[in-house]
Amino acid sequence: MAEVKKNEEPRIGVFVCHCGTNIAGSIDVKAVMEYARTLPNVAIADDYQYMCSTPGQNKIAEAIAEQKLTGVVVAACSPRLHEPTFRNATKAGGLNPFRFEMANIREQNSWVHMHQPEEATAKAKDAVRIAVAKASLLEDLVPKSVPVEKAAMVVGGGVGGMQAALDLANAGIKTYLVEKSPTIGGRMSQLDKTFPTLDCSQCILTPKMVDVYRNEGIELLTYTEVEQVEGYIGNFDVTLRKKARGVITPAEAEARGIVGGGCTGCGDCVDVCPVIKPNPFELGMAPRKAIYIYHPQVSPLIYTVDFDACVKCGLCVEACGEKKAVDLEMKDELMTVKVGTVVLATGYDIFPIEKKFEWGYKNYDNVITSLEFERLICASGPTGGHLVRPSDGETPKKIAFVLCAGSRDSTGVGKPYCSRFCCMYSLKHAHQIIEKIPGAIPYIFYMDIRSFGKMYEEFYYRIQNEGAKFIRGRVANILEDPVTKNLHVNAEDTLLGRPIDMEVDMVVLAAAIQPTAETEKTRRLFGVSCSQDGWLLEAHPKLNPCGTTTAGVYLAGVCQGPKDIPDTVAQAEGAASAASIPIHRGEVELEPYFAQCMEEKCAGCGLCVNQCPYGALSLVEKDGRTVMQVTEAKCKGCGTCGGFCPGGAIWMQHFATPQIVAQIDAFLLGGEQ
Amino acid sequence: MADENWKPKIIAIICNWCSYAGADLAGGARIQYPPDIRAIRVMCTGRIDPLFILKAFQDGADGVLVSGCHFGDCHYLEGNFKAAKRMFLLKSVLKNIGLDDKRLRMTFVSASEGAKWGMVMEDVIKTINELGPSPLKEFAR
Repeated sequence: MAEVKKNEEPRIGVFVCHCGTNIAGSIDVKAVMEYARTLPNVAIADDYQYMCSTPGQNKIAEAIAEQKLTGVVVAACSPRLHEPTFRNATKAGGLNPFRFEMANIREQNSWVHMHQPEEATAKAKDAVRIAVAKASLLEDLVPKSVPVEKAAMVVGGGVGGMQAALDLANAGIKTYLVEKSPTIGGRMSQLDKTFPTLDCSQCILTPKMVDVYRNEGIELLTYTEVEQVEGYIGNFDVTLRKKARGVITPAEAEARGIVGGGCTGCGDCVDVCPVIKPNPFELGMAPRKAIYIYHPQVSPLIYTVDFDACVKCGLCVEACGEKKAVDLEMKDELMTVKVGTVVLATGYDIFPIEKKFEWGYKNYDNVITSLEFERLICASGPTGGHLVRPSDGETPKKIAFVLCAGSRDSTGVGKPYCSRFCCMYSLKHAHQIIEKIPGAIPYIFYMDIRSFGKMYEEFYYRIQNEGAKFIRGRVANILEDPVTKNLHVNAEDTLLGRPIDMEVDMVVLAAAIQPTAETEKTRRLFGVSCSQDGWLLEAHPKLNPCGTTTAGVYLAGVCQGPKDIPDTVAQAEGAASAASIPIHRGEVELEPYFAQCMEEKCAGCGLCVNQCPYGALSLVEKDGRTVMQVTEAKCKGCGTCGGFCPGGAIWMQHFATPQIVAQIDAFLLGGEQ
Repeated sequence: MADENWKPKIIAIICNWCSYAGADLAGGARIQYPPDIRAIRVMCTGRIDPLFILKAFQDGADGVLVSGCHFGDCHYLEGNFKAAKRMFLLKSVLKNIGLDDKRLRMTFVSASEGAKWGMVMEDVIKTINELGPSPLKEFAR
């Protein structure tokens, strides 16, 4: 790398990109380029159709060599998009990559001032002037390499989290799979059949659950939540809360010196437990005891005590006998694990559809949600797979399905987005009714049927041919006949242009989905942004759908946005692959935006020490006086200390005070007044 | 207003992770807003020394916008919170030296709020247009 001497005369090369017509459509690129030539310190200015293309990048490298440049400015798109590209081009020309500065004249100029070419051109000139001022003061920086812990964590044990954990573990990476509930399996384990193949959901899921449980590379941490996160890519210290389960595993029993003890899943404790509670897995439609498992296929097969309900009578302890698996005095435990990368797969909850009061959910017995329908139609569900009306236990014959229940809702009550799988599972529900109940007719009230996946449209045709009735129109309200408990569905048939008042036996609301209640807490712990509707924000919607803006944290499944099982699994595999890359490389480069103490200016007051959220700063004795010292490994480069130091003694690399002041001056004092 | 051709000079110092990304999103969505603001990117609003803002006013800026992440969303945990405290203090300093404190504004725009960024731009420019040129302008340089 060419050494650039300190205190050299800056020689800046400016390159203005047309980006086809993206920039040139509203900015006079030639004028901007000519203007750049008049600026102080500019040795060469040029323009090109696509600066990010190979010839464009070559221009930069050639100019560095020919003009002996000390800095490079590219006026093009956002640095969030192409800064790495042009840093590499700068490096290829023999200059330190951090001697590059970008002027954003596309996202924050040509695209937002499309009908004001004069003003946009003037703004672009200012942006170039500001960038040249900064580039003139940039210095050589060397990224810091840090080793990456050869372990990963997956948060969420649904189908996405399980897939990500399996992939990571099978790639030879020690993986912690953290799940808040007592078993892995997630939402998919509550489903009866999956569309469009009509596979039994449990039948295809349980082999994966067993794989996860048996995989030696996976440490399965059920009934565990993330408590605290510290560190950065390669070195996350995650504190986990292992909630008191009240039951110990055979391994834990062995550790306690109980030979042949621990929970074997026999269920003797359940028979004697006197406390009965609604089972949340069955959405409250079936009872469970205070000591419970969700369903027979749970993994791990270990019972759990609900300490909120337990009366500590001790009958379960007696029933367990010699195995001594039940410990009613158990307390939450905190444990800390070190991992290199993290995959978030926190899934979704059902939107509380009772908020759409006009449909009467929770007021009318026979209005249920689709997830409740799944449990009622499932052979392992509370009714053994017999669909019955909650009001009288009769088999319904006329069933209305309300699609987009709370989705695509601009009233402010529901969600503006499409929940993406309700159309398809409602078609599947229609098929299941026709198949199971002779003479039953499903009536599907829809806005559009969105059957976009592989073999989905064909499935839609199949359900039409099987005899399901489709009515295009949004349901205005539902009223209950107080005697029969039948329901009157009021809607408009928008194809025939007439109002409908249809009496049905049961209504199934295809309720919208929303991020889980814990998603907000989890994302803040890991520093991940969310979009306006609460779904976690990917690093780029098209080109980086698994990454986040926090390096080392990746997303899988519905936590990033509504998607069906195939898409969830695909994204989980993508996230696992992305999360394994830093681990397999063994080290990552951190951007060298560290704080540095200018000791000759430092008064040792220590005000900065409290400003640092990472504890990276400390006071030390040096040459007989107190000065601040930065621990680079802890510094993340926010600059909060640099913004506070009363003596201006902190040099924020790449965002140093003289560089920022030069930008301010260049804008306000440097242009045409 | 003294000069009919006067256009406000407003500088925005915005954080890389939220507001800069939100501004980029506004661009992607082609949300149109007036062009009188020039943005400087820092990693976090916590980096912003109040002296930067005083320097901008000294240089004749008609307005300064500081924009970061929402509280609790800061990429560096609490930089935006510290920045907000500094801006509160700075506003009282501005009042004391006879500048209208509406010339300094702090907003919170996340990476998914492109439309909000457009609204902030409109609003800040409108405010500064109403206030007119900075009284410090003639002393600039």
